[in-house]
Amino acid sequence: MVTSSETSVAARAKYEPVIGLEVHVQLLTASKIFCSCSTRFGDPPNTNVCPVCLGMPGVLPVLNRKAVEFAVLAAMALNCQIRETSIFARKNYFYPDLPKGYQISQYDKPLAEHGWIEVTTKGGIKKIGITRVHLEEDAGKSLHEGFPDAAEKTAIDLNRTGVPLIEIVSEPEMSSPDEAYEYLTRLKEIVLYTGVSDVNMEEGSLRCDANISVRPRGQKELGTKSEVKNVNSFRFIREALEYEIDRHIGVLESGGRISQETRLYDANEGKTYGMRSKEQAHDYRYFPEPDLLPLAIDEKWQAKIRESLPELPETRRRRIVAEYGITEKDAIVLTATKFLADQFEAAAKAAKNPKRVANLVQSELAGRLKAKGLEIEQSPISMNGVAMSADLVESGVISGKMLKELYDVAFERGKDFPVVYEEEGRPEQSRDTSTLQKIIDEVIAANPKQVEQYRAGKKTVLGFFVGQVMKLSKGQANPQLVNELLAKKLE
Amino acid sequence: MKVSDKDVSYVAELANLELTAEERARMLRDLNSILEYIDRLNQLNTENVPPMAQVSNRYAVDDSKQGSEHFAYAMREDIPNGLRPSLPREEALKNAPDADGTFFKVPKVIER
Repeated sequence: MVTSSETSVAARAKYEPVIGLEVHVQLLTASKIFCSCSTRFGDPPNTNVCPVCLGMPGVLPVLNRKAVEFAVLAAMALNCQIRETSIFARKNYFYPDLPKGYQISQYDKPLAEHGWIEVTTKGGIKKIGITRVHLEEDAGKSLHEGFPDAAEKTAIDLNRTGVPLIEIVSEPEMSSPDEAYEYLTRLKEIVLYTGVSDVNMEEGSLRCDANISVRPRGQKELGTKSEVKNVNSFRFIREALEYEIDRHIGVLESGGRISQETRLYDANEGKTYGMRSKEQAHDYRYFPEPDLLPLAIDEKWQAKIRESLPELPETRRRRIVAEYGITEKDAIVLTATKFLADQFEAAAKAAKNPKRVANLVQSELAGRLKAKGLEIEQSPISMNGVAMSADLVESGVISGKMLKELYDVAFERGKDFPVVYEEEGRPEQSRDTSTLQKIIDEVIAANPKQVEQYRAGKKTVLGFFVGQVMKLSKGQANPQLVNELLAKKLE
Repeated sequence: MKVSDKDVSYVAELANLELTAEERARMLRDLNSILEYIDRLNQLNTENVPPMAQVSNRYAVDDSKQGSEHFAYAMREDIPNGLRPSLPREEALKNAPDADGTFFKVPKVIER
């Protein structure tokens, strides 16, 4: 992490950072975008390759319909307009993991444009524009280390070559590393909801490049930007951006100029380094891909794809808050993944009292998870377990206190609620009237004054008796039953 | 002259080509003559003609089908090894100048 010196803190106030992000997301198709090779991650190197993705002469790409549908679905979830006719283009550059010498991508007529997502910032909700979403193919993987000949050679695995990607380009509308972090978090969540990608950064199915520049506050014109690549977590992107902002300001304040360049982030050092790339490396000489027809996505097809668009996290959050009366904060936890939100809602709907399920998640589950340092996905008690426990309390079979105990046991044993409930012999709160009668007799005998008050017409005193009985039964008694028996006895 | 010697060197560099002075001169001549020929097309009025990048969308397509259907024949379903199976690794690596049986090997790449 960069530690800002006194001067740079003062200088920082003079400048406004401008950040734009390019996110690459691998689509979860079974086969590659232009050939039938498998996209499976982790297969032995160079086993999912064929003449098409190896770039052999004379081969022709054939577009994967599913990749198009996934890309359109993601673009719709990001509020983009889908272009009815887009075209593929060749992006030309030389790199060993790109066997054709060009990447099939989209350039001047991308699949989708003019989208946005909402991001929560310090100043409230902010809409971040999405310039474009386009389809392209992934490159292969270069392995620079871990081989005896690594000093002289780089190993190439082309299994990833041709895996479908979407590139999501934001407008340069983020003004702090925190906003960039938030944008990525929301973006990831939305894409995950659509199911078109598993957005797993470790496996590289989500990758991010950041464009950053600074300008004096109030100035309209953008400063010269640098591009930060090779960052493999949202946290590191935030750190890399912090570093870059300080670096830019440092250079400008000392009278220097920022050169437009690509920089790599070293997470161990918390620093970025300029790459010794040649300037013309950025001249990709795009031209329309002659081997592929235009991509026509007419209204009919769009409508069909739109049918599979799920309710998105933000909308769902608002609805869940309204429907179950839970807090915004808990709604964020419960809607973090579609899976979890689905589970929660199914459980809540199946339960006798949906709000009780939500309340139990808030009051009993959240705290225990936090104490154990678990994410909600790792909870021993599933949403179904929560629903079952809620019903048992609702129907008076177990008391709130017993529920707490059973939850403790479940967390201790790492087992779900229904299992623990069975293991504990399906406990019920006391319905044994003879023991209860004895307790009630004791309480009545010990509090003659309150008995008098009650008989004189002060019926509210009943609450006092119930409390006393519950206390003596150590919370095991069924309050409803206690009420009935007490009332009878006191008449 | 549309193309300069500098342009030729630049394009050659982008294409990873090392040209001799003689080759550069020839390229300069050829490129300019190609562009001169292309210039003749500019004499035509193309105001109402949409730009065309592919011929296949004019000649190989069933015009009775419109919208997405028009080009649908050129897509495939998402089935692994549906069109053509992947190659055995041995075969995939066969033509590589350097390989170790598992990976392609290239001279050390330092930067990205």
